[in-house]
Amino acid sequence: MTGLLTAVMTLLRRDLILALRRRQDALVVLGFFVVVVSLFPLGVGPDPQLLRSMAPGVLWVSALLATMLSLERLFADDFRDGSLEQILLAPQPLSLLVVSKILAHWLVTGLPLVLASPLLGMQLGLNGTEILTLMGALLLGTPILSLVGAIGAALTLGLRGGGVLISLLILPLYVPALVLGAGALDAVMYGSSAQAHLSLLASLLIVTLLLAPWAIAAALRIMLD
Amino acid sequence: MAEQRVQWFKFASPPNFYDLSGRLAPWFAALAALLAVIGLYIGFILAPPDYQQGNSYRIMFIHVPTAWMSMFLYVLMAVYAAIGLIWRIKTAEAMAKAIAPTGALFAFLCLWTGALWGKPTWGTYWVWDARLTSQLILLFLYLGYIALHAAIEDRQRASDASAILALAGVVNVPIIYFSVVWWNTLHQGASITVTSAPAMETVMFAALMVMTFACWMYAIAVVLWRARLELMERERRSAWVVERMGAEKP
Repeated sequence: MTGLLTAVMTLLRRDLILALRRRQDALVVLGFFVVVVSLFPLGVGPDPQLLRSMAPGVLWVSALLATMLSLERLFADDFRDGSLEQILLAPQPLSLLVVSKILAHWLVTGLPLVLASPLLGMQLGLNGTEILTLMGALLLGTPILSLVGAIGAALTLGLRGGGVLISLLILPLYVPALVLGAGALDAVMYGSSAQAHLSLLASLLIVTLLLAPWAIAAALRIMLD
Repeated sequence: MAEQRVQWFKFASPPNFYDLSGRLAPWFAALAALLAVIGLYIGFILAPPDYQQGNSYRIMFIHVPTAWMSMFLYVLMAVYAAIGLIWRIKTAEAMAKAIAPTGALFAFLCLWTGALWGKPTWGTYWVWDARLTSQLILLFLYLGYIALHAAIEDRQRASDASAILALAGVVNVPIIYFSVVWWNTLHQGASITVTSAPAMETVMFAALMVMTFACWMYAIAVVLWRARLELMERERRSAWVVERMGAEKP
């Protein structure tokens, strides 16, 4: 048991150190999120009422695309330098080691999106409670995006044009998270409670956390076979 | 019981499947054509116009079967994919791959006919209604499966990887469906339910059923043919293919 915990923590620390050394990777994702959201007013016009009503969709779709952008790197670097094979050969269960890699990925790419969202929310004219709801929904939703996205990242490992392929495989699977996440903010904006949306989003996170590591481990075994 | 099991395994072996499907597929195709002619005759000539929708409701005779088929085939594809992944049965892998294009075709036809029906009935080709939207996402899921299968060169790896995707998809389909329903719905309720009698005339119901069977027979015929070719390409170096091709093309 201690061996497992040590392995998971070691892997997590290693991934975080690697991310810290290559800060630009995470910053590019965050930058992409901010730039895409900021482009929308230029496209649809500066009308505050319109921007406000579009805010849930704009913020969530941009978060989806930003996550998509970061997924290709999730396993690719480890695959190239051979450390992914070592992880596969480790005596600890692969599905748990995978969770630690995804946790690192979320801390580096998902969490910054959550932290940057209030600023973008204000840009689109959201008020205090709405911004809190947005942050809560993103906090529950972005781990789902990382977990489900990792299935796509594992399945396209080592393929040519993998990045484009991931989006075709994974974006349809993001629909529930998008609907519930954007819906939570919508509910608050129209004066009702976001509790139902947030509860469903949390249960979706639990189910995904239960099933996705298993699929990711199986996919990695197939692609590295 | 024991004999039954021997029979099933017998047809799971590629050469036996190849021979059997070659013999059966033309019959299914003929049946599909026959049923389609009968179904269209009942649907277009015998069935009366609808008191509300006039003649445009007749699109339903193609729209509804394609919708059912596209959903059912996705589940069937995932079942075959799981069988192939777990028990390493090549025929099941070939079947899963063969179902995908037919399922995608049905999903596309369902959307297309739905749009044509929507124009006279709702006054617009497309609305972001729950069922339309989830059908569109189902089409995307099929396309993702086909794209992943095509992107991986090694056939075994391609089947295994896309099997994982099909299983991830089939777990997601109900979640997607309910989240989309929750998101928005203005679609008319289902007219056929399992528990109550259908709320439509018997002639219309008959046409719908015959057309559904026609779609089934078409799907079976096409899938068998496609799976057969897939198996032959995969096993092109094995004795049974050489034997059969040698016999067919001397």
